[in-house]
Amino acid sequence: MKEFLLGNEAIARGAWEGGVKFASGYPGTPSTEILETLARQYPEVDAQWSANEKVAFEEGMGAAIGGLRVLVTMKMVGLNVAADSFMVFPYSGTNGGFVVISADDPGMHSSQNEQDNRYLAQMAKVPVLEPSTAQECKDFVKLGLEISEQFSVPLMLRTTTRLAHHKGLVELGERLEVPQREFVPDAKRFSVPIYRTLLRPGVEKRIAALRAYAETTPVNRAEWRSGKAGQPPAKGSLGCVASSIAYQYVREVMPEASVFRLGMTHPLPPRALKEFCAAHETIYVVEEGEPFVEDQLKAMGITNVVGKEIFGVIGEYSPERIAKAIGLNVPDQPDFSKEITVLPRPPMFCIGCGHRTVFDSLRQLKVTVAGDIGCYTMGALPPYEASHTTFCMGASIATAFGLERAGHGRTVAVIGDSTFVHSGIPPLIDAVYNGSSLTLLILDNSTTGMTGQQSHPSSGKTLRGKPAPKLDLEGLVRAAGVRQVQVVDTWERKEVAKAIRSALAYEGPAVVIATGPCMRLPEMRLSERGEKPYFIDEALCTKCDACFKVWCPAITRTALGFPIIDPLECTACTVCAQVCPVDAIAPEGGGCP
Amino acid sequence: MTETTNLIFAGVGGQGVLLIAELTARAAVRAGFDVKQTEVHGVSQRGGSVESHVRFGPEVHSPLVIAGQADVVIGLEKLEGLRYASFVNPQSGTVLVNDHEIIPGSVANAAERYPHHALDFLRDKGLKVVALPASQRAHDMGDGRIANVIMLGAMSVLLPRVPKEVWLVTLDERIPAKHRTLNLKAFETGRGLASPASNPLPFPTAVPSGEGEGRGEREA
Repeated sequence: MKEFLLGNEAIARGAWEGGVKFASGYPGTPSTEILETLARQYPEVDAQWSANEKVAFEEGMGAAIGGLRVLVTMKMVGLNVAADSFMVFPYSGTNGGFVVISADDPGMHSSQNEQDNRYLAQMAKVPVLEPSTAQECKDFVKLGLEISEQFSVPLMLRTTTRLAHHKGLVELGERLEVPQREFVPDAKRFSVPIYRTLLRPGVEKRIAALRAYAETTPVNRAEWRSGKAGQPPAKGSLGCVASSIAYQYVREVMPEASVFRLGMTHPLPPRALKEFCAAHETIYVVEEGEPFVEDQLKAMGITNVVGKEIFGVIGEYSPERIAKAIGLNVPDQPDFSKEITVLPRPPMFCIGCGHRTVFDSLRQLKVTVAGDIGCYTMGALPPYEASHTTFCMGASIATAFGLERAGHGRTVAVIGDSTFVHSGIPPLIDAVYNGSSLTLLILDNSTTGMTGQQSHPSSGKTLRGKPAPKLDLEGLVRAAGVRQVQVVDTWERKEVAKAIRSALAYEGPAVVIATGPCMRLPEMRLSERGEKPYFIDEALCTKCDACFKVWCPAITRTALGFPIIDPLECTACTVCAQVCPVDAIAPEGGGCP
Repeated sequence: MTETTNLIFAGVGGQGVLLIAELTARAAVRAGFDVKQTEVHGVSQRGGSVESHVRFGPEVHSPLVIAGQADVVIGLEKLEGLRYASFVNPQSGTVLVNDHEIIPGSVANAAERYPHHALDFLRDKGLKVVALPASQRAHDMGDGRIANVIMLGAMSVLLPRVPKEVWLVTLDERIPAKHRTLNLKAFETGRGLASPASNPLPFPTAVPSGEGEGRGEREA
């Protein structure tokens, strides 16, 4: 039976079919749907969100040496967080099959940088599989688990945004029930720092064995269409070496070309690649990201290689990019923007989002603000323009500390609840310890908002929606040594502004926790809350436009110039009613607020 | 390339772009084609520009449509229709647009700079542009959010390789029971709006009298 699945859904299916019993991760585009699918559809897999990627990886590592088959998921920058354990795990090797998903994001659709994680795998001496279809997303997880067990090595399955977030037809299979492997305590194997010199040669032996495997695995294969194995190249004969989604683009635009299709990109099979490349006059190496394969081909002494100099390293590939690079006649995409205003439409805070009042306050206070990773990165955009730095997960607090030390006054760090739990706690402890007077705003919306409302340790729920102990953020911050801690309702705009001013005036580190659930959570629907949308009484409205200055997209103007609230969009956040000087804004069917 | 049907769906986050793209892909699967669909999740859904590509035919490799080869570019909003119109096949494709404007919220002076004349501009470029009052009809039907399925119905007329029964079964399967009647009505409304298109223009401009009156001013 075939099903039409998202790449990430296919990965989840592959884990299930492959007998995975434990799966962990931290949400991050484009990887998030994998664990969500496992939680929704496959009860046999113990799936969970972890506090961050390092924790997720290590939990998976423990489960795998404990004998289970394991899947760990993260976006590519998540592997930076988990890199410590990722680099050392290959020394001991695994027991049960262990596959880590690295979801790379060429083009940075939802990321702060471009990063080709195959280099991390090379550094860690970990094998890499790269599927090119939804079907292979599923199949390669199963294959990865087998390779992992056969060679006792953790394995990376690298996807890219286009692969993770495309849908295709997938042939489904049954679940393989894999018996748990025995865990034999062995200090010489699992206490790596002490026995590192004993373990180090094994890492090299393993990668050599994997290189031999790469020569014969069916996922690396020469598809001959032009040229012949063992024959000298015909003049003008063209071959491609391609991996991942780029393989599909090659098939699309060069249907006549021979392709060496690399399903396993680390370690590479030198013998097979040399034979293939020798049979063609020119070899195009088509791989999204960095010249990972290309540079290795050159290092093997293969000289007829053309790659990044025509395809480029920056951004996402597409069929037309490949076609144009090799000189095919593809008409240029017309650029209308020279003749008509094609306004950009960047994302923005949702209607009723509790972050709006915070950035409205910060905008007016004109303080230096270090932001973090989450929806609130949009505080840097108009109309707020009140967030001045964003780098990576958890960086806000230490960056604000550094800006403070550099003489930028009382600085502010803004971080969400999920990101604070992920990596905001050590920098807060550090700021207290080192005598900072920064102000930390924790925007507590009870969820991981940006990636689509995932639970986390202070949301009080597990991945499967079951009740969980709720981390007490206020208590945690106090325990870190912060003396001034204020908790405010994020939709009370005056209270929010007052709390931030008070925190800025305080000698010593101060924390404001602005609470209010994400409006996208199902329990925040108007019907669930038993509330009505607000409306503007034109009999009272003086058209003073105060309500427009809360920048709510649900408020537009009528033909007669009155503001009007879209009743289908209004979330009854009350912020516009708070600013109306004549109390013309009230809930439908109710009196004045 | 003619064996593969290439579609681009565009709109604003929250309009249901991804839903109708998925319905189209599933209908094509049901009709027996190889199908690929792609979209970008995450940050783009926060009221930003959203696009999805759907390709179907005997064998599909790339999930991405090549610019200049789209059979239909379907825009649930005028500016988004303009943004992706450059993907349409200039000889044989159609830009199918919901005649509805949503001013970008996080762009300075967006209301003043909005390209109200986008559709005339595209027509002047020689593109076949079909504008439909889908949001207006959706409001008349009592739920502005159903405009996406009205547009889907209109597009289905342009895709004769997927029979109407297949669309109906797909809708029936994917739409929760309590919304099904409204969605099927919206789909039929869209088919009705588009059917004269193949004859070709003009389209009915009169809005049925009654419940729809007075709604239009919100679009200002």
